[in-house]
Amino acid sequence: MCGIVGLFLKDKGLEPELGALLSDMLITLTDRGPDSGGIAIYRASSPGQAKVTIQSADPGRDFTGLEADLAAQGIRALVTVKDTHAVIEVEIAKISEIRLTLGAIRPDVRIMGSGQSIEIFKETGLPKDVVARFGIRAMSGSHGIGHTRMATESAVTTLGAHPFSTGADQCLVHNGSLSNHNNLRRELVREGMTFETQNDSEVAAAYLTAEMAKGKDLGEALTGALDDLDGFFTFVVGTKTGFGVLRDPIACKPAVMAETDQYVAFGSEYRALVDLPGIARARVWEPEPATVYFWDHKNVAARARV
Amino acid sequence: MPVFDLSQTPLRALNSALHGIEHGANDTLFEITNPRGSHAVAVGIDRPVNVEVHGSVGYYCAGMNDGGTVTIHGSAGPGIAENMMSGTVIVEGDASQYAGATGRGGLLVIKGNAASRCGISMKGIDIVVHGSIGHMSAFMGQSGHLVVLGDAGDALGDSLYEAKLFVRGQVKSLGADCIEKAMRLEHLEALAVLLEKAGVIGVKPDEFKRYGSARKLYNFHIDNAEAY
Repeated sequence: MCGIVGLFLKDKGLEPELGALLSDMLITLTDRGPDSGGIAIYRASSPGQAKVTIQSADPGRDFTGLEADLAAQGIRALVTVKDTHAVIEVEIAKISEIRLTLGAIRPDVRIMGSGQSIEIFKETGLPKDVVARFGIRAMSGSHGIGHTRMATESAVTTLGAHPFSTGADQCLVHNGSLSNHNNLRRELVREGMTFETQNDSEVAAAYLTAEMAKGKDLGEALTGALDDLDGFFTFVVGTKTGFGVLRDPIACKPAVMAETDQYVAFGSEYRALVDLPGIARARVWEPEPATVYFWDHKNVAARARV
Repeated sequence: MPVFDLSQTPLRALNSALHGIEHGANDTLFEITNPRGSHAVAVGIDRPVNVEVHGSVGYYCAGMNDGGTVTIHGSAGPGIAENMMSGTVIVEGDASQYAGATGRGGLLVIKGNAASRCGISMKGIDIVVHGSIGHMSAFMGQSGHLVVLGDAGDALGDSLYEAKLFVRGQVKSLGADCIEKAMRLEHLEALAVLLEKAGVIGVKPDEFKRYGSARKLYNFHIDNAEAY
């Protein structure tokens, strides 16, 4: 099954509540997938700064003294540890360098995602435990995506949890299963993409990243996915300023959306949306199959593209 | 008149109470508040009770209904009134996918729109949708009526047996072996009865087109081997 939630805020007044709202939405869907949980939160860094979210199986060893060790390599960074993850803030210009440096001085650390806005937290276990470990409730932000996993295509591990991030400020969560992911993975590897898992959803994320790297916007990349991805999917994707939804043409995997003047919300089921502010007056609908929906903070008017 | 507030009372208490109604009991109006998208609300009813649900429900509401009248004052998730035997289910809002699937009898009225696979494998149920329906609706429908005041999505009536389909608006495409058929007097009469039962006002039976099975697919015929 798997459960997906997403919340894209139009009203800045709600931003301090994003983490709490998303946490409750995700916990409601625990019975759709109790294997692992994850949340991507978008909140802008200070100007000129970017963030790298890293994960370690041994945070005591890997995160202790990390700031000083990075400084010794000439990288001034601010490290905020959250359980098994840490968010490192650095100058934007240092993003590529810090990835290489981390590989050298902390070889066991995994990079969950990076960008000017995205932070990603995911672990095995129940959503309520995952959000508590990372203190998601206290997080503010402009938009966010969550996933609770019932594993089908790859092992129950931290890296197999969603969201998957394969490009700067990009992430994807998936309910369904792809059938052409092995072929597509081979093609994407030839194009220079790298993969951390055998998971089908990571291939979908990398596909969108590769298409956007060719100059497409999120809506165009999602439209391409309808032709190039085979299988069942409901995707919710995030970019630095945008939020998109796509269902395959058969549309077996459930999806409900709600929109008010304050937000656009996504849930695998309506249950996930019932406690959102003003839901009784929201426009609630089921997204159409094979139809790209996306919203962008640069142009907050809702857009649906067929 | 029992009232069940599902934000306070477990779902199982509601469904057990519905299943425990004695034959001939006369306290047969149930009110349900705060369903909050719960699954399996009021499933397995086998007495002529009235159930009023105030809010939206999740998967499989009123499944297997046999004689009850269930009204949802809200929208319904996937599988509303699945495998209904008899009785009436009314959804004031929209319904998600496979509404009325496999139903053997009774009447399902959806006052908003229904999503994909509405009436899939229907076997005698009557379904009236005031709005539009999604793709693959009435797939392999065996008997019963599907009446749609709005439009139908792709592949309507694919691999249809003997269910009768009536659509007032546009049909995006017909599925394999589903064709438009002549509307005869008997169909107009049946449609008039269904529209009245479903509370449809101001719509005439002759505004609809009828679709049914071409009967080329469900009997093996050597000339159709490529279609099997």
